[in-house]
Amino acid sequence: MQEQRLKVSVWRGDAQSGQFQTYEVPRRASQTVLDVVTHIQRHLAPDLGFRFACRVGMCGSCAMTVNGVARWTCRTHVQKVVGPQGELEIAPLANLPRIRDLVTDMREFFDKWARPEGRFVGQTDRHEPFAVVKPDTAPRQQADAGIECIGCGVCYASCDVVSQRPDYLGPAALNRAWTLVNDERDTRRQARLGAVAGDAGCHACHTQGSCTLRCPKQLAPTASIAGLKRLVARAAMKGEL
Amino acid sequence: MSDTPQAQARRWYAQRISAMVLALLVLGHLALMIYAVQGGLSGAEILARTQGNVWFGLYYALFVLACAVHVPPGLANIAVEWAGWSPARALWVARLFGVFILVWGGRAVYAVVMGGA
Amino acid sequence: MKQRIDGRNRRHAAYWAFWVHRVSGLALALFLPLHFTFLGQALQGAAGLDGALAFTQHPLVKVAEWGLVSLLALHLAGGVRLLLLEFSAWRGLRGAWVAGAFGFATATGLAFALSLLG
Repeated sequence: MQEQRLKVSVWRGDAQSGQFQTYEVPRRASQTVLDVVTHIQRHLAPDLGFRFACRVGMCGSCAMTVNGVARWTCRTHVQKVVGPQGELEIAPLANLPRIRDLVTDMREFFDKWARPEGRFVGQTDRHEPFAVVKPDTAPRQQADAGIECIGCGVCYASCDVVSQRPDYLGPAALNRAWTLVNDERDTRRQARLGAVAGDAGCHACHTQGSCTLRCPKQLAPTASIAGLKRLVARAAMKGEL
Repeated sequence: MSDTPQAQARRWYAQRISAMVLALLVLGHLALMIYAVQGGLSGAEILARTQGNVWFGLYYALFVLACAVHVPPGLANIAVEWAGWSPARALWVARLFGVFILVWGGRAVYAVVMGGA
Repeated sequence: MKQRIDGRNRRHAAYWAFWVHRVSGLALALFLPLHFTFLGQALQGAAGLDGALAFTQHPLVKVAEWGLVSLLALHLAGGVRLLLLEFSAWRGLRGAWVAGAFGFATATGLAFALSLLG
């Protein structure tokens, strides 16, 4: 006999402090964790702060910590994560400063994205013919494997090295750098390799693999970072950094 | 010696190369240990095989050198990530440990290859 | 203030592989000075070594030796997995290799234990 009411522990508080508060939420078929949070805000706690946008698994805004693990709440069915007594635990993402309740400050995440030259810099403009990039070359395939990242922060919130090394750029930023390094049109390769080297960069990754396991888009930052390690090591030994 | 990203990248690379060397040396060492402890170990038994054995000496001298390169970065990482040390302090203490391995390990290799009668 | 990572996030093979690799490495690193001190006793010849070896007759020490050999085999196998993940363009986390590493360490430990008892 399935529990008809969920007992949901939701983290409530501000940047300084807070605690878990429990709410009872009716259980429904095909319910997602985002549905649960929405119900709480609409009927039980109007002042609950949380982020969402598309609610269909495209934008990544609804990422939260569900039962200790970072997930997209709109793509997490209650059925899959609920405990035997109908328990569910929802908290804000880890490794990011809290603003309020389930909302975190994403600035540090995006600052680190920008730091290793996280944007494409080309050398042609719109008056020139299109660049012809063959899709089946090895570098392009490597780039394509990581290009679908939408910056949701789940990997960043899952990484122990991020917790332990404040300067560490993190899986998303490094994955992004890898896709750009493999882009034959990009002109900032050398600077980018320098920016991802060392203990704040790819060499601090210990292949713990939580990022790859949790990525909702099935990307593999671990593999991208390994690729950066190889390229950077080669450049470092040649003195090119 | 400054601690630039380039220096860090080179240290990482050296540690991985020493890992590859150690992978082979350790396999041999494990095989030797399993063989050698059969029927008990005695000082005379060990020294009978190692004394004056140049190949043995070279093998384990390389082993000690590889350890001196391989161990310190790992210890530094643990110090920073699990003990909360500053990266600078962790680097220096790790380097000291590396020197210690070289000296003390070198002494041990010397002892079994050239040691007293 | 940041939310801390929850322990439940760490319950997967690749993380255990990392943890075992780090702890085994630490244990081996701490063992090295002891190991070198023992071997250094050979400076006093066979008598010096025998003096050191007498200490190792204690059954607890034999268990510790087996433990160290197992840790070394574990660290080696886990390390080979890491080298392959880092230097070849694999994409997966190779969970099967983690199991393989434990298997190799168990086999090595067993071989050593049998040798020790034989």
